Amino acid sequence: MKAIQGIAIYVLWLRELKRLLRAKSRLIGTLLMPLFFLGFLGMGFKRSSIPGVPAGMEYSVFLIPGILGMSILFSSTFAGLSVIWDREFGFLKEIMVAPVSRVSIVLGRIAGGITTSLFQALVILLISIIMGFRPQNWLMLLPGLLFMTLISMTFIGLGLAFASRMRDMQGFNLVMNFVIFPLFFLSGALFPLDSFPTWLRILSRFDPLTYGVDGLRAALLGKSELPLLLDLGILSGCALLSVIIGAWSFEKSESI
Amino acid sequence: MKIAIKVENLVKCYEKTVAVDHVSFAIPEGELFGLLGPNGAGKTTIINILATLIRPTSGYAEVAGISVAGDRDALRRRIGIVFQEPALDVKLTGRENLQFHAMMYSLSKPERKQRIAHVLELVDLLDKADLLVEKYSGGMKRRLEIARGLVQHPKVLFLDEPTLGLDSQTRRHIWDYIRKLNKEKRVTIILTTHYMDEADYLCDRVAIIDKGRIVAMDTPTHLKDVLGGDMVHLEISGGDEPLVDVLRNADWITAIKRHDGQLSLTMEQGDKRIPELMCAAMQTGTQVLSVNLRKPSLEDVFLHFTGSTIREEELVHESQFHFVHGRGRR
Repeated sequence: MKAIQGIAIYVLWLRELKRLLRAKSRLIGTLLMPLFFLGFLGMGFKRSSIPGVPAGMEYSVFLIPGILGMSILFSSTFAGLSVIWDREFGFLKEIMVAPVSRVSIVLGRIAGGITTSLFQALVILLISIIMGFRPQNWLMLLPGLLFMTLISMTFIGLGLAFASRMRDMQGFNLVMNFVIFPLFFLSGALFPLDSFPTWLRILSRFDPLTYGVDGLRAALLGKSELPLLLDLGILSGCALLSVIIGAWSFEKSESI
Repeated sequence: MKIAIKVENLVKCYEKTVAVDHVSFAIPEGELFGLLGPNGAGKTTIINILATLIRPTSGYAEVAGISVAGDRDALRRRIGIVFQEPALDVKLTGRENLQFHAMMYSLSKPERKQRIAHVLELVDLLDKADLLVEKYSGGMKRRLEIARGLVQHPKVLFLDEPTLGLDSQTRRHIWDYIRKLNKEKRVTIILTTHYMDEADYLCDRVAIIDKGRIVAMDTPTHLKDVLGGDMVHLEISGGDEPLVDVLRNADWITAIKRHDGQLSLTMEQGDKRIPELMCAAMQTGTQVLSVNLRKPSLEDVFLHFTGSTIREEELVHESQFHFVHGRGRR
């Protein structure tokens, strides 16, 4: 392993940021879906009592951490998978031929991905606050931010690992439909896991996003299934493992 | 003279094919060297090995004194490369693409500013530098890529099919830039092409490559001299044996090739010999459909060394390729 080159990481990060800010339609598109979920589900289930939602808590409030998790899940996986786009449009060669260690390239991508997906999540959080949402404790936004970062790392790593194995764009939809959507529904982002049959509840324990969403609920709402520190520990492990697997697959692939 | 690139017995095998088959050559510093051959001959594979993007199966290769199996990052800092397919981020401006590149090569801030302005001027893109690349024409994109390849002051510049897909006027311009770089900036350039005229016009020396092997290597002039003069092509209807028998006895004809109902004859001063050829045809009762005189080109050299024209080679290669890969490629 060669040294980590700060300037290369910085410029890779800067590129992601510029691309995000320039792709206005993509930005609006990725913000709209979570906001629709939040708005319509929140309104639609306003009067129904949903088993498992803590007593005295409105469903729309219960939903907010789940939607934040969802937004980060999608934008981070997308950021990891965007290697496929760079390969398709040839730009990956420009990156790969530069005298920059593969580790720096992966770190630059992860830094860029975290920034763009946290940016989107924070916009959603801000909109919820404007609409009247109040976190249980403003200081607890900080651990919330930590959870968002860890969710992001986990799924950028996963995206990178998939992208390193895929040669074309077809794989993208496959990953989205057969990996990302199941992870999303299993995580309890939309409803409490209480209503799941036992086998699904067990399965959901293997979904990193479960701990991410639960941790976000612990931080923002003060109500969660598992203690905050347990969520944090498991999610940190997932994030680390996923980044290592992602970096390793990227390093291994003949990427041109 | 110092050697910029040295390749010895280079081999690259893929699962079923041998892409590069024991290739050896050496390029002195300051030369403009061309790899000429049909698509699929192995040119790009050689470039990718020299640029450390893929590893050779066996053999030795070095660029600017550094082995491709040695310090890759040191080697990469000494080369610039323009890929066959565009490799620009179209969502960034021209200048931003160059800045990205300069930072990936760890240039300091004042260096970046100075080099970027310099290379933009070199390819006449200063006034378009702050436009998004998606607004660029094909020729402008190519020029930007050539400029980018020069930002880090490379000792060797690789150009993989630099004018592929460009119109003839733009090609001329790109050729002028390439020449200028080589002659004024003294950059060693290795380019691949399947355009004969491009290799002929630009290169100091050309290696003709076919099915992963170098079949001939020399200056374009020397290569054409091998053919021993002008080429006269006769298109013949019916049997050509009686005529060929007569021509075999003519000592001014240095070579006779039969190829698809055509006779290719090699001789000095072909224009003065055509009447004689017509007489011989009439005497033997051979029906000549057309006569074509040509000063030898690299196309003929290719035909001479490989026994087929470059276009036929590409057709054969493509049909094999589609057979192996089923759906083919985009």
